[in-house]
Amino acid sequence: MSIRIHVTVNGKQYASEVDARDLLVYYLRDSLRLTGAHVGCDTSSCGACTVLVDGQAVKSCTMLAAQADGCSVTTVEGLAPDEGLHPIQEGFKEEHGLQCGFCTPGMIMLAADLLQHNPDPSESEIRHALEGNLCRCTGYHNIVRSIQYAANKMRELSKTAAV
Amino acid sequence: MTYIGKSVKRVEDKRFVTGQGNYTDDIVLPGMTYGYILRSPYAHARIVGIDTAAAAAMPGVVAIFTGKDIASTGIVGVPTGWQVNFRNGDRMKEPPHPLLVADKVRHVGDGVAIVIAESRSQAIDAAEAIEIEYDVLPAVANPAKAAASGAPLVHDDAPGNLAFDWELGNPVAEVDAALAASHHITTLDLVNQRLAPNPMEPRSAIGHYESAYDKYTLYTTSQNPHLTRLLMCAFVLGIPEHKVRVVAPDVGGGFGSKIFHYAEEALVTWCSRQIKRPVKWTSERSEAFISDAHGRDHVTKAQMGFDKDGNVTALKVSTYANLGAYLSTFGPAVPTYLHGTLLQGLYTTPKINVEIFGVFTHTVAVDAYRGAGRPEATYLLERLMDTAALELGRDPADLRRQNFIPAFDGVTQPGYQTQVALQYDSGDYHAVLDRALEMVGYEQFRAEQAEARKHGKLLGIGFSTYIEACGIAPSAVVGALGARAGLYESAQVRVQPTGKVSVYTGSHSHGQGHETTFAQVVADQLGIALEDVEIVHGDSEAVAFGMGTYGSRSLAVGGSAIVKSIEKVLEKGAKIAAHKLESSVEDLEYAGGKWTVKGTDKSIGFGDIALTAYVPHDYPQGLEPGLDFSSFYDPANFTYPFGAHIAIVEVDSDTGKVTLKRFIAVDDVGNVINPMIVEGQIHGGLAQGIGQALLEGVIYDDDAQLLNGSYMDYTMPRADDLPSFEVDRKTTPCPHNPLGVKGAGEAGCIGSTPAVVNAVMDALSPFGIKNLEMPLTPERVWRAMQA
Repeated sequence: MSIRIHVTVNGKQYASEVDARDLLVYYLRDSLRLTGAHVGCDTSSCGACTVLVDGQAVKSCTMLAAQADGCSVTTVEGLAPDEGLHPIQEGFKEEHGLQCGFCTPGMIMLAADLLQHNPDPSESEIRHALEGNLCRCTGYHNIVRSIQYAANKMRELSKTAAV
Repeated sequence: MTYIGKSVKRVEDKRFVTGQGNYTDDIVLPGMTYGYILRSPYAHARIVGIDTAAAAAMPGVVAIFTGKDIASTGIVGVPTGWQVNFRNGDRMKEPPHPLLVADKVRHVGDGVAIVIAESRSQAIDAAEAIEIEYDVLPAVANPAKAAASGAPLVHDDAPGNLAFDWELGNPVAEVDAALAASHHITTLDLVNQRLAPNPMEPRSAIGHYESAYDKYTLYTTSQNPHLTRLLMCAFVLGIPEHKVRVVAPDVGGGFGSKIFHYAEEALVTWCSRQIKRPVKWTSERSEAFISDAHGRDHVTKAQMGFDKDGNVTALKVSTYANLGAYLSTFGPAVPTYLHGTLLQGLYTTPKINVEIFGVFTHTVAVDAYRGAGRPEATYLLERLMDTAALELGRDPADLRRQNFIPAFDGVTQPGYQTQVALQYDSGDYHAVLDRALEMVGYEQFRAEQAEARKHGKLLGIGFSTYIEACGIAPSAVVGALGARAGLYESAQVRVQPTGKVSVYTGSHSHGQGHETTFAQVVADQLGIALEDVEIVHGDSEAVAFGMGTYGSRSLAVGGSAIVKSIEKVLEKGAKIAAHKLESSVEDLEYAGGKWTVKGTDKSIGFGDIALTAYVPHDYPQGLEPGLDFSSFYDPANFTYPFGAHIAIVEVDSDTGKVTLKRFIAVDDVGNVINPMIVEGQIHGGLAQGIGQALLEGVIYDDDAQLLNGSYMDYTMPRADDLPSFEVDRKTTPCPHNPLGVKGAGEAGCIGSTPAVVNAVMDALSPFGIKNLEMPLTPERVWRAMQA
């Protein structure tokens, strides 16, 4: 069964026909060709497909595309303005928070959610927040450092903005 | 050096952090179809009949192929790359490994049919409509049980389910005599449990046949695109190699599991030829658990003898190694030449004998997984060492130190000849252990531990001092060991007319950061900017040849090939420079990106020479234009990184839960090009090794059914299972390659597992517990404490 949805993705509005059973991740990857969200498992266990839906981190394999009707979705492709890097993306690069890069978009989007709610997380708070996202390359050590880097940078930026 | 030795940030990162990575499943070709492979739910069954009629009539279905369709074309299946013969000289049993099974399935996940449809979901829907009648047969999953008499046979022509038996080292009679004369013998029965490698990117392959050119392109998640092309063309499909291009684009981790040539790669290539459209297959995660090669799976009895002073006198090892239902590309090599040869460890053990039984079971193939044989060797040696220390009333660090091979640099002192074929290149084993003990604060920890025990708190410390053999080369040695391929590496350094440099390497990066590390080497050696160097890999059409990335070989072998090509570039460049400067080659020196006439200020830059080479108006007579060189590098020996790892754990006496409090790793991987990347490699290896010790393990039941084939059931290490790691390095350069590098990819995974298990055994020593099987789950530890 085909369903018509209206969805905003990375600030752009789309009206699309989707199959009722299509998962959001496949809509993003196949229909919109936003392949930053990856499919790493089939049990919503790995978080490689994490995106923001109305500002909240969601595993896009856990949600139907039809459920995103009327929502605003942000993927890793839409996190930073053209050419530049968001502080979280910069943090992953500066602190070597990625190796193969496959889990990275999900980690970054998860971190975006975390830092909205907790701008100065402790190491154990970061590790707890990362529980739903798997990485097989880094041992998480440098992912923790990357998120700490981003938190520091974002706090500095918001101070500058406040002044 | 401007770049070598510096933690240069990775040049490849921008595409990954912005979602621009180009993984195989991201690729969409015009007219592409989607393949779904229907797999056996049974471990062992005869296929009585397959009815595809209803499925073929489903919407969107383009074609359905079964094992019979493929067998009828004469295609036999995928080969193994190593030959390990029986002790008596008989040839290894090497049954065919079909792309799809026609008659009899031999493990859960064996492919039976492929459905090709216009969309992924249409292919899945149609596969559900295929009717297969199976005659289910008895099955066996455990290698020791499979080798016992009366076990169900995986292949009728492999009696006792033996692919081979194999022996290495001193004659067994000598080892038995040395053990008999020993003051003390430590004996352990060990299971090195089966693991699923689980790179985060599931495997994927796209076959694309273009009839206009009679040419094939295979996009695949491979660590090893050239070898995949060679094996698929020459040994599976019988198509000309020059008509096939294999591309391994961005690959999301491998850890060994993407070295091998898999049936699915040949299958999509063949299917594309049949339907004359591109065919994509992407594994689901649950499918990966039953179709990716697994790792480890050894059942071992090990004995180590000691004299009255604590010197090791002998080591005897007998292992049943599970090979799975079919021989994968490196399958026979892992328990033998990558395991038996490492049993000298860091110790002066004078007599060593190892025997290996390579056993077929009704399980998915077992092959290399990060470390591949070396973790299994290290696990048994290091478990023996800590257990012996306990039994002998000795300090485990001290007992190791007493038995260490003395330091040798491999230049002024010779390499160390082991009892098990290998000759170590260079090493200083005391240095890494001393540094690790200093970092952990050993004396203080023992005092804390004694105090904690008084209050019923179970703290433990565990050691592991390991060595590995990396590079997986030279060719003559691996050839003598049964490799059917040469194991060198190739590199082309192409200087463009403007002085920019493109480097084509046969190594493959799937997370290791070659685009940065290799560029650091090239930029420094040519004295140019890092931005002026591009590293190209993973495309058989661009790169002349390659043996791929595994066994921590990329920099030691692939990097050395690049250095050889750079030397040729500079040699030719000097001839052009001498002509331009009206000097002689002998009077020139090259530094900072320019040739200078010694003792003068006359010089000419690298860019000018590059341009001259391509615009040879004023040019040395008889010299060819151009500045572009290829090299093949075949090293003199393996490289031998080593290190000392220490784990500190706390065991909850109420629940049995093990908490890893600290992990200290001091590794010596030779010279280091990019410390940030090396540390990252160590961290990742540690997490996988710790995962084996505490969390992971593939479980088959007695019917060879897989019980934990998903991320809901298989316990991958997560961020809150691990502490931040404390790592440091020592440096003993490799004496036989131009960069002095040894390799860092597997070190963390090899050293860490026994350190953690030893720490748990130390914590549990008040209970008299000496040996538990991995993974050390709360249930397993709690039950042991209750016994």
